[in-house]
Amino acid sequence: MSLPDHLRREAERIAEIARGYGLDFFETIFEMTNAEGMNELAAYGGFPIRYSHWRFGMEYDRLRKSDVYGLSHIYEMVINNDPCYAYLQETNRLVDHQMVMAHVYGHADFFKNNIWFSRTNRHMLDRMGENASEIHRIIDKQGLERVERFLDAALSLEGLIDPHSVFRDPVSDIEEEESGPRPELSHLKFRTKEYLDAFVNPKEVLEEELRRIREQLERQQNMPRQPERDILRFLMHHAPLKSWQRRILAMLREESYYFAPQGMTKVMNEGWASYWHTKIMTEQVLADADLTAYADHCSRTLAMPPGAFNPYRVGLAIWLDIEERWNKGRFGREWEECQDIEKRQHWDTGAGLGLEKMFEVRRFFNDLTFIDRFFTRDVCMEQKLFTTRPDPRSGEQRIAERDFEKVKAQMLFMLNNLGRPVIEVVASNYENRGELLLRHQHYGADLDLGYAQETLKNLSGIWRRPVHIETTVDNKPKQLSHDGEKFGQRDLVGAT
Amino acid sequence: MPRIARDHSRFREIVKGKVRKDFKKFITHSELLGRRGRHVVTIPVPRIDIPTFRYGDNQGGVGQGEGEPGDDARPGQGQGQAGDKTAPHTLEAEVTLEELAEMLGEELELPRIRPRGREEILERRERYSSVRPIGPESLRHFRRTYKRALRRIIASGQYNPRDPVIIPIKEDRVYKSWKTTFAPRTNAVIFYLMDVSGSMGEEQKEIVRTESFWIDTWLKHHYRDLQTRYVVHDAEAREVDRDVFYHLKEAGGTKISSAYSLAAKIIEDEYSPFDWNIYIFHFSDGDNWGSGDTELCLELLREHLLPDVNLFGYGQVESPYGSGQFIHDLKSHFAGEESLITSQIPDRDAIYGSIKEFLGKGR
Repeated sequence: MSLPDHLRREAERIAEIARGYGLDFFETIFEMTNAEGMNELAAYGGFPIRYSHWRFGMEYDRLRKSDVYGLSHIYEMVINNDPCYAYLQETNRLVDHQMVMAHVYGHADFFKNNIWFSRTNRHMLDRMGENASEIHRIIDKQGLERVERFLDAALSLEGLIDPHSVFRDPVSDIEEEESGPRPELSHLKFRTKEYLDAFVNPKEVLEEELRRIREQLERQQNMPRQPERDILRFLMHHAPLKSWQRRILAMLREESYYFAPQGMTKVMNEGWASYWHTKIMTEQVLADADLTAYADHCSRTLAMPPGAFNPYRVGLAIWLDIEERWNKGRFGREWEECQDIEKRQHWDTGAGLGLEKMFEVRRFFNDLTFIDRFFTRDVCMEQKLFTTRPDPRSGEQRIAERDFEKVKAQMLFMLNNLGRPVIEVVASNYENRGELLLRHQHYGADLDLGYAQETLKNLSGIWRRPVHIETTVDNKPKQLSHDGEKFGQRDLVGAT
Repeated sequence: MPRIARDHSRFREIVKGKVRKDFKKFITHSELLGRRGRHVVTIPVPRIDIPTFRYGDNQGGVGQGEGEPGDDARPGQGQGQAGDKTAPHTLEAEVTLEELAEMLGEELELPRIRPRGREEILERRERYSSVRPIGPESLRHFRRTYKRALRRIIASGQYNPRDPVIIPIKEDRVYKSWKTTFAPRTNAVIFYLMDVSGSMGEEQKEIVRTESFWIDTWLKHHYRDLQTRYVVHDAEAREVDRDVFYHLKEAGGTKISSAYSLAAKIIEDEYSPFDWNIYIFHFSDGDNWGSGDTELCLELLREHLLPDVNLFGYGQVESPYGSGQFIHDLKSHFAGEESLITSQIPDRDAIYGSIKEFLGKGR
């Protein structure tokens, strides 16, 4: 539903204000929806048209329940697209809408200008629709069950991309790299008279033969030459897939790469948008009468939920810190070397570079580099951050430490690779049996074995040969395997 | 709008598939009982999910807030992953009682119940679904009355939008009224009789609870109006409510006849066998006081109960104290009697077979 007039005017007004501060965004279209619609859209990641799969239904079920029980409420949702699409919930108050609009312009600016988003498809809304209709065409042809079974397996591998390689173009980059001469159909033909050709060299048989030979060759070669983190891409080239399966894998991979920058900049992006809605609301938009409603809304989105970590809040705190430091000239060698607490507390060179610095940071950083560079001892203390460790007996998370370095290290760990374990494919002809070997780069955290087992099972269904993963469990190197029938694990002696 | 309905129902189908797959397990577990709503039962099933490589939950995280090292980082759950949503470990499948009964029927291959030849008995039902121009003021249909008055005033040109006073006159007034319908009677009553003498323990009662839950579910599937009466007995019988039935603990001896005669009396007073499908289920450890009382029981059954009921089910649970003689007495005296079914339920695992025995005849 499009926006009623008074809200459209409001959106234009706030857009003008945002531009006045230097924000630069694609045209942003607000749509009005109700609570149900919001949950539906959120289940599909904000996209009105996506392919059909029960996992969206599951997500919807979860969102709707937590909405109905009052556990959560979605205020804002925005899609990285040109034009940007954002949704407003019709039951919200005017002040909520204003705030969401200001927040959304923050995100839209971030999408457009942050370098990690520079290669994302800005017509993803259309693209998702195209992918959806292609998958639905495949379903019409292959049957729902078969496609659903494949999707179940493929979705389980959806995250196995290399998010830090977003600068590869996810579409053109899937063209296969050639490795030596390939056997061609003509090599297999018996020489014969032309009119006999169709009988001596039946096309189907030759094609089948060719496929077998190619597969064999491929198995004999041990790929990849270097460990490859983009496992989806690897599978597309080297797994024995039907063409429709390859298409689905390609689409899922494309969507994964599209979403990756959002995962990589969650803290920054939410903090940035929160910074701007705060600034826009408090400096220009907020009517006196709405102050309490505004504060109420803020206190919810920026709350410090006991024990949890709120990216909106921490992100905002770091941005505010950057602003203050560069406004007061608290950077550079002199500042770093100053040991005098008194002097540091009143340090103000009147540099006034805060905003300028912020715009620079929003352009070039992602969460990892952002935290690494700008997360300070002061912010850590002010935000009361701590690391947690599970109680060995009950498994409950307990506060471990408040030490700045430890907190920072833990945050960096959690943000690395979108919070997923780093996994790469090492060999496609493992043990000379055409088996697939993956390796988990163990940085101190074990895999969830139950999930790993199921994932391997799905992978072996796609690879159609046994698959293995090297990892570490309880400080011991192990290899987990699945041959399509059963799961196995063995200890590895020494590191391979 | 996205086509969420399709994906959502597919998801729920998958969840229900899980329930179906493990249905046998649910039958013998009593955890369902506490989860019964008016129309639905929520069944905890293991969370379904798309498996991915992920970190185990024995990892540390980052949290915010007050507290000393060593303090519990909850509530709010110190999240393992930034921006990850905390997800519940179990899922609740909502299954309607109808579906549950169908699953039970499928699982146990139960025949549908044929109500005793009473299709000719029509039941008169009166529902307030109509209106009429006369009636008591307490039944005045305010909205319709108002609308009629409004229509009349507008039609007669007296309506003044600045001063919209509507005064209904007698002709405007409309009163709620009933309509009488006739429908085939599908009433049923279940009597649960239970031995609460000292020899019946917690475990035995749990079994009774589980059995009666499934019996209820199955019968409710077949009868629109199902009443349940509860009778407990030791040496004496009395009628109690559901709650008391399951929690009462008495000491003392056992006179089964007391329960049978009480049931016979209630039936005689309130449930004419011509109008009602009557079910009686009796659970005991089979340790009756003396053969004299057993004689009396057999007579009550033969003369009063069996002729009136669709089904008399006797379930004998095993207790360390009981002799378990009663079931043998019943079997030897009523061999070949269609409306009496006996079943031995030595432990939880026997519940499955026992329900099948009770309900397997389609009576």
